Amino acid sequence: MSDELIRLSAAALGAKLAAGEVSSVEATRAHLDRIAAVDGAVHAFLHVEGERAIETAAEIDRQRAAGAPLGPLAGVPIAIKDVLVTKGMPSTSGSRILEGWIPPYDATPVTKVREAGMIPLGKTNMDEFAMGSSTEHSAYGPTHNPWDLDRIPGGSGGGSAASVAAFEAPLALGSDTGGSIRQPAHVTGTVGVKPTYGAVSRYGSIALASSLDQIGPVTRNVLDAALLHDVIAGHDPLDSTSIPEAWPSMAEAVRRADVSGLRIGVIKELDSDGFQAGVRQRFHESLELLEKNGAEIVEISAPHFEYAIAAYYLILPAEASSNLAKFDSVRFGLRVTPEGGGTVEQVMSATREAGFGPEVKRRIILGTYALSAGYYDAYYGSAQKVRTLVQRDFDAAFANVDVLASPTAPTTAFKFGEKLADPVSMYLNDIATIPANLAGVPGISLPSGLAPEDGLPVGIQFLAPAREDARLYNVGAALEQLLEAQWGGPLLAQAPDLSTHELTATEEGAL
Amino acid sequence: MARAELMDFDKALELFEPVIGLEVHVELNTTTKMFSSAPNPANSQFHGAEPNTLITPVCLGLPGSLPVVNGDAVKYSISLGLALGCEIAPSSRFARKNYFYPDLAKNYQISQYDEPIAFDGEVEVELENGRVFTVPIERAHMEEDAGKLTHVGGSTGRIQGAEYSLVDYNRAGVPLVEIVTRPIFGGEADTPALAKAYVATIRDIVLSLGISEARMERGNLRCDANVSLRPRGQEKLGTRTETKNVNSMRSVERAVRYEIQRQAAILAGGGTITQETRHWHEDTGATSAGRPKSDADDYRYFPEPDLLPVVPSKELVDELRAALPEPPAVRRRRLKSDWGFTDLEFQDVANSGLLIELEATVKAGATPAAARKWWTGEIARLANASDVDASDLVSPEHVAELAQLVDSGTLTDRLARQVLEGVIAGEGSPQQVVDARGLAVVSDDGALIAAIDEALASQPDVLAKIRDGKVQAAGAVIGAVMKAMQGKADAARVRELVLERAQA
Repeated sequence: MSDELIRLSAAALGAKLAAGEVSSVEATRAHLDRIAAVDGAVHAFLHVEGERAIETAAEIDRQRAAGAPLGPLAGVPIAIKDVLVTKGMPSTSGSRILEGWIPPYDATPVTKVREAGMIPLGKTNMDEFAMGSSTEHSAYGPTHNPWDLDRIPGGSGGGSAASVAAFEAPLALGSDTGGSIRQPAHVTGTVGVKPTYGAVSRYGSIALASSLDQIGPVTRNVLDAALLHDVIAGHDPLDSTSIPEAWPSMAEAVRRADVSGLRIGVIKELDSDGFQAGVRQRFHESLELLEKNGAEIVEISAPHFEYAIAAYYLILPAEASSNLAKFDSVRFGLRVTPEGGGTVEQVMSATREAGFGPEVKRRIILGTYALSAGYYDAYYGSAQKVRTLVQRDFDAAFANVDVLASPTAPTTAFKFGEKLADPVSMYLNDIATIPANLAGVPGISLPSGLAPEDGLPVGIQFLAPAREDARLYNVGAALEQLLEAQWGGPLLAQAPDLSTHELTATEEGAL
Repeated sequence: MARAELMDFDKALELFEPVIGLEVHVELNTTTKMFSSAPNPANSQFHGAEPNTLITPVCLGLPGSLPVVNGDAVKYSISLGLALGCEIAPSSRFARKNYFYPDLAKNYQISQYDEPIAFDGEVEVELENGRVFTVPIERAHMEEDAGKLTHVGGSTGRIQGAEYSLVDYNRAGVPLVEIVTRPIFGGEADTPALAKAYVATIRDIVLSLGISEARMERGNLRCDANVSLRPRGQEKLGTRTETKNVNSMRSVERAVRYEIQRQAAILAGGGTITQETRHWHEDTGATSAGRPKSDADDYRYFPEPDLLPVVPSKELVDELRAALPEPPAVRRRRLKSDWGFTDLEFQDVANSGLLIELEATVKAGATPAAARKWWTGEIARLANASDVDASDLVSPEHVAELAQLVDSGTLTDRLARQVLEGVIAGEGSPQQVVDARGLAVVSDDGALIAAIDEALASQPDVLAKIRDGKVQAAGAVIGAVMKAMQGKADAARVRELVLERAQA
């Protein structure tokens, strides 16, 4: 029963809860048991709610018994990326500098998830301040890919993706600044969506790069992503960059999925030799499948995408260097006092020295430099110009096609340590995902199969014009249906069984 | 602190031409702060709150918090820009000014940099001596205030040498408009007075707009004065200093005067001026060196990505323009003519900063002469004695009521002063004080006649003199009667009656 519960999709679990076939307490308990059993090996969670999650679930069960109107995901457990602040729950953003800090407020997406009756299970691991593509930059140790525990689960949201792939949670919240939702989805055989910039409130999301960050769903199938998207999207008066207009239902787009007549543009620049053979192979098979079912495949060029990474690695560090200035020990988080005391400046300095990891320091230095007088125009200014050119590439492309497609990332999951010594090769992981963040357009990654050469999951990415997120759910749901018919079920059914890894089961709340 | 060597002011003016530039920070009195829903301590209803009680996650810069622009603050800023004769930018942007300081919760200040909301204006300033200046305004931009540090331990109250410091974030995020002038030339010997008059004019403007409490002692209005000197005949501007912490109008004048004298002494002695921030010390009347400041200070400004550009509609700007009050200079000319004051009388009122109070008092029914007499006389004296603002002592309505009680003969001037003390002591309105203290003039002739007859009877020699036509002798009788009536009589009426009874 317990194993059956954790393998249900969020939509299916929600339906069973609504039908009274199972209680939220049972469903929550099943997931907590699973976390206890496998998270010692996976390390997806930095904090587990434990009995508090059970209490919340019991409250939803009571509401349901009393006949309260509840949404489709009410009573369904959810994992939350540690980048989102959660009232009464630790929120570290994967950094030592926030160790022990308990926020006094909830991020807006967390509030919405709670209002939808979902049960927060805990906080998931991530690269420190969302800087990375492997979770190896987490101050609390890496998360392991459930497909192969010696490999990375992607990043920065490796914890959320792994928790979902390991059946520790039916779905999760992630954040995507340059691919932190989509690239982990790609390497863990899960679904991840970066909504249009401004679709989901950033209020309470510990900022990495304000003009690039976006919160989105991490799930095992497209319908679950759509249901969660519908819960978290919408205008928030606390976020000035949040879009005021109402959104159509993404779940509805999934239910009506139909690709006949859909024009899909293949981005020439992201379909090159630089991508692993198996990644390209599964990508093209997916395109053929879509074409067979009525979609039209068109090759398009986005000539400025090759400069996107360079621009991104100026804009992101610039914004991050300013966003991370608040971590100074004065009001919250870690405080390190030099031996024998010190001035406030020395305390700030010692705290930041001890509290930030090397990747964070690297980017703060890069960003500070890029914004400095005399360098601003050459670096930050030029990067903003490239950003405009990337946006124009998208505008030109979407004048001809409905959605764009590419492999989500160049390779399948790599091994721990493989790219740590070479930041640029790590940065290149996000070559296909970064352009969407620069332009503010939405993107989805869903499984397209296993690479024949290594048997590891591969994802396909679709991109749509800003505010046309529903197109992603349409094409994603259609492709998922076609692929699962070929596979005879979800790709994750082929993942190795983790139940043999109950070796170092971790303690609740003390991870 | 050692007082720097100063050159005689007139001598300094002979050798050098002073050039000043003024930056005035105005705290807006919106209900909430610039970027958060926290109550605004620069609004008088929240003034004096306990430390760190007017705060939200945004004021503390907690991780994840985001700013949202206060629409009222934008409207107030546009109105101020218009009142300063500025252009209003169809689109302006916020920027981050990055620097680490513990009173700055995010370690960056949200300000406006290359795209201020208002620019290119001018304001007419009238000096106490009647000279009128046009001060060019470069820009007025919106920003947020920082928190307040209290340094504990150490002798100076400064951060250097302090044992520890306390931070109050109530002020963090208070909406500010910073008004920056272009360099002001031609002030010559009037330069210190011009600086003071400029700040007074800004105060008049923001008060007439109702957008700030404008109390300098509370920091609602703060002035930084840039001063430089150039030798007579030299084109190139001299090196400037920026004097901060100048928190009264009188200090603005004194600080500018001091800097002119100090810089002149250095330059004449062959020295050079260090470009630096200087602090004004009210107690010693001197400035002292702060941190060196250079144009290369690198705040790493960049557009604030958490906020959209501010794009006020043309309709809104037109609406705010139509609602602008009379410019202070125009208003002063109108009031002077309406009230029929001489130049001297009007300067007297204007220089005491009491125009608003006077206008309200006249509006409440007092004659302009009576209103002027009370405000610049007894009330100013009492305010001075207790070191508070006259406007804080008593309301214009009460002053008007008091003046009317005198006009109607209910009170003598002497009685009215006692009533005023009662009103200031919080005993109620003037009429209530009159009733409670029984201070009204005895207007019952019967009671007066009885007292007069008694006084005349007890001073037969005086009576004889009066009857002889020596009318001035009546003074002794009048004095006795007033004493008997405990002052509650109209002396003029008593005199009339004394002369009448003496002939009876």
